[in-house]
Amino acid sequence: MSKLYFTKDHEWLSVEGSNATVGVSTYAAGQLGDVVFVELPQIGKTVKKGEDIAVVESVKSASEIYAPISGEITAANEALEDAPETVNEDAQGAGWFFKMTIADASELSGLMDEAAYGEFTRE
Amino acid sequence: MAMNSTGRPTAPANQNDAGQDVKTFSGSRGLLQQEPLLHEVGGLEKCGVDFPPIPDCKSRLDGLERDNKIGLPGLSEPEVLRHYVRLSQRNYAIDLGLYPLGSCTMKHNPRLNEKVVRLPGFADIHPLQPQSTVQGALALMGEVSHWLMAITGMDAVALSPKAGAHGEWCGMMCIREALKDRGEVDTRRRVLVPESAHGTNPATAAACGFEIDELPADVTGRVDMDVLRTKIGPDVAAIMLTNPNTCGLFERDICEIADLVHEAGGYFYCDGANLNAIMGKTRVRDLGVDAMHINLHKTFSTPHGGGGPGAGPVVLSKRLSAYAPLPYLKADGDSWTLVEDAAQSEAKPFGRMSAFHGQMGMFVRALAYMMSHGADGLRQVSEDAVLNANYLLACLSDEMSPAFDGACMHEALFDDAFLKDTGVTTLDFSKAMIDEGYHPMTMYFPLVVHGAMLIEPTETESKESLDRFADTLLALAKAAKSGDRERFVTAPVLAPLRRLDETRAARSPVLRWAAD
Repeated sequence: MSKLYFTKDHEWLSVEGSNATVGVSTYAAGQLGDVVFVELPQIGKTVKKGEDIAVVESVKSASEIYAPISGEITAANEALEDAPETVNEDAQGAGWFFKMTIADASELSGLMDEAAYGEFTRE
Repeated sequence: MAMNSTGRPTAPANQNDAGQDVKTFSGSRGLLQQEPLLHEVGGLEKCGVDFPPIPDCKSRLDGLERDNKIGLPGLSEPEVLRHYVRLSQRNYAIDLGLYPLGSCTMKHNPRLNEKVVRLPGFADIHPLQPQSTVQGALALMGEVSHWLMAITGMDAVALSPKAGAHGEWCGMMCIREALKDRGEVDTRRRVLVPESAHGTNPATAAACGFEIDELPADVTGRVDMDVLRTKIGPDVAAIMLTNPNTCGLFERDICEIADLVHEAGGYFYCDGANLNAIMGKTRVRDLGVDAMHINLHKTFSTPHGGGGPGAGPVVLSKRLSAYAPLPYLKADGDSWTLVEDAAQSEAKPFGRMSAFHGQMGMFVRALAYMMSHGADGLRQVSEDAVLNANYLLACLSDEMSPAFDGACMHEALFDDAFLKDTGVTTLDFSKAMIDEGYHPMTMYFPLVVHGAMLIEPTETESKESLDRFADTLLALAKAAKSGDRERFVTAPVLAPLRRLDETRAARSPVLRWAAD
């Protein structure tokens, strides 16, 4: 069973064992408006928590995607390069950005669960 | 009806407008002409002028001749002229009405500028002419330099940058060169950029090879000083600060910011795009600035460079003066020289930014503007620009929601809180302004404000003009709140085209015309 976490930067992580899949939340995708371009991180890159590693560009703005935790990038969703609209259509599913290993599981404790994130976005 | 991806009508106005169901044979509607592309007006088989036959000659291109047709359409003079006049009639211009585009300073361009710039001594000279034959033009550049240094109190000015971002690049290259001289270019890698700075600032720092470190804004919309103190350190090359910032606010702690950066051994780049709010009131030198660009095409009229290139001269502190790019002006009594070559230079220029000395037409217009206003007039420009923005801020606060408390500088910033639960977005609101005959304000910028609407009226609008504009916006805001969502989501209905599909334009742009 995977467990879902959220960051204050409106990213989600689905954690399964020592691996995580990362994307932007449905709420964030709605706020961004139509996504027109996605720049993905390099596979094999070691990233530190908080480092900006990808870009999402919409008709309104360009925003950075930060590494929600430290680890190594193991996969990137190249389908987004040709179909960035997937981010709007299915942000927390087919619109995932990248997969990564979890270097330090204790970093997960600083993140929100779905209920806490729902509260966070209501503000 | 054709809709774009956000569910707004995209069909041309002349197909769907109420009461406009008359179909014409030409596609034109009375005086509103249907305008095709130049490629569709002209033809490859046509030629607009008579050329004499090409005499027999020996080609020196050695097999590099073009072997296909270039594909330019043949057009007559009236065809070209009518094309551009028709397009201009569909355009919105500062000469048509108030142009509230925030951060762009769309002020009236005095016609005196245009008269002076067309004098043959300025208009009909060439940058490759011997310098002895253009002494008057060089003297004018010297005079512009003098005014810019007097206004800012700075030690030197580089005239050649062609626009704001080009000027930023010039200033940051001077800083890089100074760090190189100090042997610290590899250790000072970080440039601090507040999130309320112009978007070009981080881009410039990155283009110069620096790493960007973003500074958050505090609740008042200004640099968060506590965060700044934690981020400052021996690896900081510079801070790039816009003042007044893009929230239209004066950075009150600017002197302390300069001190902190200087104590840590870094430089202070100030984005001067908003000089229109402080010129004659605040001396840039006294703020501790090391480099700042001045957009001649904003502060000194000719908004947006009149559609042509702008000019972004950079004023420099004593610490950076030696690194100014080539060519630069040197006076010897009444005689002027452009120093073109690093070998002739006594300074340490970082290089050259453009083929020639800068944008002559903008120098002439800016000097005409500065001299016709005089020192007291330029001070009043700043005062009136700030007064006009605050007048609008006060008028509009009745129905719209200011992003921050208190007075603003030369632009008034609103968020979309007043549109909450109306189903109307900032974009819809802006499109409705087009139906009312106004160019929309800057929207969704700065990014720190939700659904931002940034309004800069400039000093050249009269109170009557501001009142008309404010009444229109107030009426629109009331309409949105009273549930008239239809007016907004269908807008614009009175423009030559309806809502454009920005998403499709960004996702699958057609960048090149091709014959079918």
